[in-house]
Amino acid sequence: MAIERIFKDEASEEKGERARMASFVGAMAIADLVKTTLGPKGMDKILQSTGRGREVTVTNDGATILKSLHIDNAAAKVLVDISKVQDDEVGDGTTSVVVLAGELLREAEKLVAAKIHPMTIISGYRMAAECARHALLQKVVDNKEDAEKFRSDLMRIAMTTLSSKILCQDKDHFAKLAVDAVMRLKGSTNLESIQIIKKPGGSLKDSFLDEGFILDKKIGIGQPKRIENANILVANTAMDTDKVKIYGARVRVDSMSKVAQIEGAEKEKMREKVQKIIAHGINCFVNRQLIYNFPEELFADAGILAIEHADFDGIERLALVTGGEIASTFDNPETVKLGHCKLIEEIMIGEDKLIRFSGVEMGQACTIVLRGASHHVLDEAERSLHDALCVLSQTVNDSRVLFGGGWPEMIMAKEVDELARKTPGKKSHAIEAFSRALLAIPTIIADNAGLDSAELVAQLRAEHHKEGCNAGIDVISGSVGDMAELGISEAFKVKQAVLLSATEAAEMILRVDEIITCAPRQRENRIHAWKMICTSFHQGGNFVPILTS
Amino acid sequence: MALAFDEFGRPFLILKEQEQKSRLRGIDAQKANISAGKAVSRILRTSLGPKGMDKMLQSPDGDVTVTNDGATILEQMDVDNQIAKLMVELSRSQDYEIGDGTTGVVVMAGSLLEQAEKLLERGIHPIRVAEGYEVASRIAVEHLERISQKFEFGPENIEPLVQTCMTTLSSKIVNRCKRDLAEIAVKAVLAVADLERRDVHLDLIKVEGKVGGKLEDTELVYGIVVDKDMSHPQMPKRIEDAKIAILTCPFEPPKPKTKHKVDIDTVEKFQTIRLQEQKYFDDMVQKCKDAGATLVICQWGFDDEANHLLMNRNLPAVRWVGGVELELIAIATGGRIVPRFQELTPEKLGKAGLVREKSFGTTKDRMLYIEQCANSRAVTIFIRGGNKMMIEETKRSIHDALCVARNLIRNNSIVYGGGSAEISCSIAVEAAADRHPGVEQYAIRGFADALDAIPMALAENSGLQPIETLSAVKSQQIKENNPFCGIDCNDAGTNDMREQDVFETLIGKQQQILLATQVVKMILKIDDVICPSDF
Repeated sequence: MAIERIFKDEASEEKGERARMASFVGAMAIADLVKTTLGPKGMDKILQSTGRGREVTVTNDGATILKSLHIDNAAAKVLVDISKVQDDEVGDGTTSVVVLAGELLREAEKLVAAKIHPMTIISGYRMAAECARHALLQKVVDNKEDAEKFRSDLMRIAMTTLSSKILCQDKDHFAKLAVDAVMRLKGSTNLESIQIIKKPGGSLKDSFLDEGFILDKKIGIGQPKRIENANILVANTAMDTDKVKIYGARVRVDSMSKVAQIEGAEKEKMREKVQKIIAHGINCFVNRQLIYNFPEELFADAGILAIEHADFDGIERLALVTGGEIASTFDNPETVKLGHCKLIEEIMIGEDKLIRFSGVEMGQACTIVLRGASHHVLDEAERSLHDALCVLSQTVNDSRVLFGGGWPEMIMAKEVDELARKTPGKKSHAIEAFSRALLAIPTIIADNAGLDSAELVAQLRAEHHKEGCNAGIDVISGSVGDMAELGISEAFKVKQAVLLSATEAAEMILRVDEIITCAPRQRENRIHAWKMICTSFHQGGNFVPILTS
Repeated sequence: MALAFDEFGRPFLILKEQEQKSRLRGIDAQKANISAGKAVSRILRTSLGPKGMDKMLQSPDGDVTVTNDGATILEQMDVDNQIAKLMVELSRSQDYEIGDGTTGVVVMAGSLLEQAEKLLERGIHPIRVAEGYEVASRIAVEHLERISQKFEFGPENIEPLVQTCMTTLSSKIVNRCKRDLAEIAVKAVLAVADLERRDVHLDLIKVEGKVGGKLEDTELVYGIVVDKDMSHPQMPKRIEDAKIAILTCPFEPPKPKTKHKVDIDTVEKFQTIRLQEQKYFDDMVQKCKDAGATLVICQWGFDDEANHLLMNRNLPAVRWVGGVELELIAIATGGRIVPRFQELTPEKLGKAGLVREKSFGTTKDRMLYIEQCANSRAVTIFIRGGNKMMIEETKRSIHDALCVARNLIRNNSIVYGGGSAEISCSIAVEAAADRHPGVEQYAIRGFADALDAIPMALAENSGLQPIETLSAVKSQQIKENNPFCGIDCNDAGTNDMREQDVFETLIGKQQQILLATQVVKMILKIDDVICPSDF
């Protein structure tokens, strides 16, 4: 009797070597996909949506690229996941983490082919990762005490992060913007209070940081355009027709005159509500919901600036900034906390009118207005700036700093190599492989810049043989340079997260020796999937599809 | 397909649409069943032990799970074959009863089936095989009892419990920080355990996970963690000595169940109803305030107006808290769940020393910690980790560790691990076989061989020579009369499991043998498989 099928019809099972190969190839293909975006000379990718409109995104942010891909390979999904987590936790290094994990697996594949058990490789990798972390810890610089130095550290980090993005032309300008914004937060990592407004038009250089709060809304007609020493009431209440909330209530009348009466009563009710709001002694009223013409007119009569339809985030942020509370009932004017600011005025950016609240009580919030040629540029600029802001806000909390330009990788590789020499047994092969994977990062940076990577990395290695060396790859001049002089720095927290999550992901994929895929659920065409078809040919011509169309 | 004929020699149908059904009978049926069972156990075999590998499972929706927990693998495997489903059930019942050893039980059943196949080929009747297995399993279970050891622990001396949990965790991906996790699991179990009645209510331990941070950041919270935040962004983020009103009614005007309509036809009515409405909101908040509550936790949503009134009266509130969490909060704080505002009294309020909101990462993620509760018997294990898969796998591993700790509190007998218990049982069963008259003798001997499969798989997964290692350990056990020799999976240099501190619970091991035997017996007794053929 032949062996029975134990799985359902379309379910499939891959075992041992085949499973391992499928996951290695998948993971490496993903790493290769984003590899070319690494470093200051990395290239961008165009992503086209299959949805209506065929929207196009141009980016070189690893997390954004990977998020948009529709991936079928299970191991590749693990990598996409770590890049997402990296984005949430530290905001930058999303490409590096995937590339490092890919390189670790590439090395592991060679070791597995040389008949070393995956478990041995894992324990070697673990030792190496721990050793690499120690090497970094010994070399960190902490300038928390010295405010001026710390600021210049932040500037350098911001410039390093931005240098690989679309903003690299104006990186000085944007680095200053980002550092100013983050310094205002005073140590909080809540990026909510930094608002980014994108307005097409002008050039990237025209972007600026505003110390107040800018609301992308218009002022009602006939209302003052400029208020000094404003008292602001932030509200979330219905200002159209106040509907009756008691369940099952309905209006039933038998004559036209009654309709008119009820309408009058309704109007009276609204008038009362407006009177109550005015009684708070305010001169600015911001509501989350609609304000109908009638109440708006009443507000205009009372000389109060009324702003309708501020979205929920805007409301929350405004309440935070001005120190008021979000109100929904207006019967107790004495207990409601009002927000204050020195000046409210309407400003023009490009052709749009916006409302600016300046001189607010809480100095933490600020607004960055981005200007640029098109929506694509602005979107990418926002992503880049977001990365820089994330990294900076994390650095403010954990002020340890490292040099950049492949310097940390070289330091780690050197220590790990030494560990490999000291370790007896098969593990040492895995440790050596770890150091090779680390070296791949400067190699890729050099390759992407069109430099002779083999030559440069070898030179770098020789330089690092000396104690206390600051050498890294200077992509601009195409040679080995002193990172301290060039002012290229990176945050320790980002590097550590890259190292640890990449090792964890590689370990997870290595431990797998069987992949069981359930029958896919039948479903109509996925409308919003991103289209990208990529296949990869493994040695021996095995055809492994990585992405589905 | 068998045909039946009536007295006139005409064929008639016994089964409905019998030509469309496939049927297997006799020895063919048994062999087909056995091979299906073996196929399932072969999948799990490589996951056994501290050096076991993981499986990657892709669900119908494309989500990926990476695990080496037997029960989880089988559950998500999308199995079609009937016998394979029995094996899935087997692992699940081990999971429900014991919580650990879900892989071992399937591997055990697989090797019992393998032995049975050989016996069937020699012409032994399946029922005799089944009976022989039954006898052998009884011998093995009794033998386990003999070699088991009691060990002492108490609220002060938790080290032995931690050691056992570490054995369980060492086969999982989290083995990097097994020490920390084992301690967390043991402390959590001891916090909710009733040591006098030897009872543990695992429902009181809530396992919550959040992506981000390191595995080392995993913590045990003596209280409840809820994935919710305050209903109004400006409510206080920290409340000390909170008196909590736990409500299951929304802060909204009432919705009577009877169908009704309120007709408004005059201006007066319109105004009265408006006043009524305002009063209603006011009353609700006032009732909470009157009862003395300083925090309201509600299962339902709030109207904007009510929300602001709560804020205005300085009464922080949390909305949309799930039913299970609500119950846990009620247990922990000693409060009562109140379904109507009218029934709110000061005695029904729960008490907690500290309620605080904590935010994570760069995104807007907040969670609510309720700590220092009146009744500290509800705890939360809060897991952090690199990605979602890691968190899910950690949750499963923690669950296993919790179950092991619970079993030890119920029954503090242990047997040593690393395959030593199986080898020792195998020797005992082998010896007993010779004394047993009748054909069952062969089945009993087969059982002894099947027991060897577990240490064999352990050795194989650890990269050792399986047969060589097993025979060496076996002879050592007999020579030194020492039932604690096992497979040295971690390369620690000794075979004595007492020195390696590898042990498992007695009831877990016994249950494994009993459950595996039962399922195998059931499979052996099937001699006819009728199923609709789908082709």
